[in-house]
Amino acid sequence: MDLFDFADGREGYYGDYGGTFLPEILHSTIEALKAEFRAAKEDPSFWQDFVELMQSYSGRPTPVTHLSNLSQILGGAQIYIKREDLNHTGSHKINNVMGQGLLVKRMGKDRVIAETGAGQHGYATATMAARFGFHSKIYMGALDVARQRPNVFWMENMGSEVIAVTDGQQTLKDAINECLRDWVTNMDTTHYVLGTACGPHPFPEMVSWFQSIIGKEARAQMIETAGGLPDRIFACVGGGSNAIGLFQGFMDDSEVQLVGCEAGGFGPGKGNHAARLAYKDASVGVAQGMKTYFLQNDDGNMLETHSVAAGLDYIGVNPILVHLWEQDRVRFEAVTDQEVTEALKISMRTEGVIPALESAHGFAQAIKEAEKMRPDERILINMSGRGDKDIFTIADALDDSHWKQFIQTKAEQYGAE
Amino acid sequence: MALNSYLADRRQHPANQSRNAMIMTHVVCGYPSFEANWQALEVMQEFNVDLVELQFPFSEPSADGPLFVKANQQAIENGVHVQDCFDFMRKVTEHFDFKVVMMGYYNTVFKTGHRAFLEQLKDAGAHGFILPDLPVDEAQELHSIASELELSPIVLMTPTNSDERLAQLANAADGFIYAVARKGVTGSETQMNQEVAEFIQRCRHLTDLPLAIGFGVSSANDIDFIGQHADIAVIGTAALKAWEEQGAQGLRLFFTQLLDQIDQK
Repeated sequence: MDLFDFADGREGYYGDYGGTFLPEILHSTIEALKAEFRAAKEDPSFWQDFVELMQSYSGRPTPVTHLSNLSQILGGAQIYIKREDLNHTGSHKINNVMGQGLLVKRMGKDRVIAETGAGQHGYATATMAARFGFHSKIYMGALDVARQRPNVFWMENMGSEVIAVTDGQQTLKDAINECLRDWVTNMDTTHYVLGTACGPHPFPEMVSWFQSIIGKEARAQMIETAGGLPDRIFACVGGGSNAIGLFQGFMDDSEVQLVGCEAGGFGPGKGNHAARLAYKDASVGVAQGMKTYFLQNDDGNMLETHSVAAGLDYIGVNPILVHLWEQDRVRFEAVTDQEVTEALKISMRTEGVIPALESAHGFAQAIKEAEKMRPDERILINMSGRGDKDIFTIADALDDSHWKQFIQTKAEQYGAE
Repeated sequence: MALNSYLADRRQHPANQSRNAMIMTHVVCGYPSFEANWQALEVMQEFNVDLVELQFPFSEPSADGPLFVKANQQAIENGVHVQDCFDFMRKVTEHFDFKVVMMGYYNTVFKTGHRAFLEQLKDAGAHGFILPDLPVDEAQELHSIASELELSPIVLMTPTNSDERLAQLANAADGFIYAVARKGVTGSETQMNQEVAEFIQRCRHLTDLPLAIGFGVSSANDIDFIGQHADIAVIGTAALKAWEEQGAQGLRLFFTQLLDQIDQK
């Protein structure tokens, strides 16, 4: 199945979803980007350069690990995880970012901007900018800056300017709006490194293409190390880039079930979560450059969203995944904050792995389903990022008294300075 | 359509004898309140503005600068709904002499439904609409309903467009053309210079429709410049700033400084 073989006059559309909805001032910029991306995609040496860069700089290929202890305890399917957490900067975000970095070099621009939610994409972009020698500015919702300080710390130390966005809900969507405002002013020198497979065409296709490296590796690794294809694949879905990256490797394997795991937050009900497809609170709209499902009210204004995982706390969803969902190729499930905490605990205790809160949504759903599956069946989860960055949030969720004491001591130290 | 003939007639209006550009102003519905909007519109009427954009607030106003972003957000927090904007628009078009166009973002239209939205717009007395995030390539259906209802889709031309693209935009346009004087969002300052004049010339070659020049108009000199090269001066952020500082009195002072010198020529 070639998702990107567009019909005449429908470039950038996946079924009814996608498109390019941007102010006219960006028309020529986006046309130039489309042309450059098309040329890069058709140039085999570009992909080769990308793979080599990811091997030497980010440790690819990332392994697939069998969670034998957890599988045994649950007594169901064999659980495997794709270790995107072992990338440089700790998540799959680096795949897309380094790819776009190579593209920026081709375009001859010298400045990059990016939005970030959890901070992983901003962190990866700051890294890329430092490596390639680009100027960089990272826009981040003020609320996210407050809950993800460690990532902000690294971005700043790698030479990026981090702007805390105080408009709107002060989260990811507001950071995207601010990037668009910067881009309409500085498009001549600046490339907007969009972090997820959302936004106007060609971004969903471009980000999916760079992230497809996950699925390409994973399919071969499953056959080699697990002895066959997985029966079900689980990936968390915020914007949807790690999910579409992994799923693409199995698109033609119709027997493999693909499951997207959204942020159920506090559970169903408008404003309580960020589940666009698994719950029934979202509807089709046009915003942030694309037509897709949004959590919005009857006026078309966006709703508040909630998730314990900043990286999933987003109003819209990848239009390609919506199309695949409508075709019954991808199933969507929602996982609540509480289920995520439980999944995280059991993963740490039984296997010594720390999935990011985002990735733990995939773990939680997989754990739920694994118990009801046979031991000769296989599950693959995308461990899209590592959880170390979430130490403050996780420590809160676990109500860890030693951690609290440490922070108090630290605060007293700084207070005395 | 109706807007085209209005603008053609309006040039002959007594107020426009000494003004070389017509004036379009901007109000964000429900910010700071509908009462305040009404007072602002009364001041605008006093100064014989020719057109007013009524902006329907949207939660993601990505083409707007900081002041309008705040205005959109605050209006929504005030509980302004799309229906309230239509109701207000009807009152405005029944009461005032200037003509009204709707300005907003495409999702507001999409969510209401193309035909339903435009029928309500027509019913509320608007003459056209400006949707800065809807490219003409995606607008065929909406524009054909608009043409049926005699509403003008106002199209934006920008300095980054090629002549080929400008021709395509001209083809889709009606009423007048909104020519964006520079890159960036609403409200930042624009240097009205040779570069802007050349861009306006490029637009002029491709369309006979009146050209409105927007983004950053704030002084009598700006209006004079626009009058020399184009047809309509768009005054947005500067007027809202004046309102923020001193309410109706501040706005009156702003328009006096902007227009009296020109009017008394």
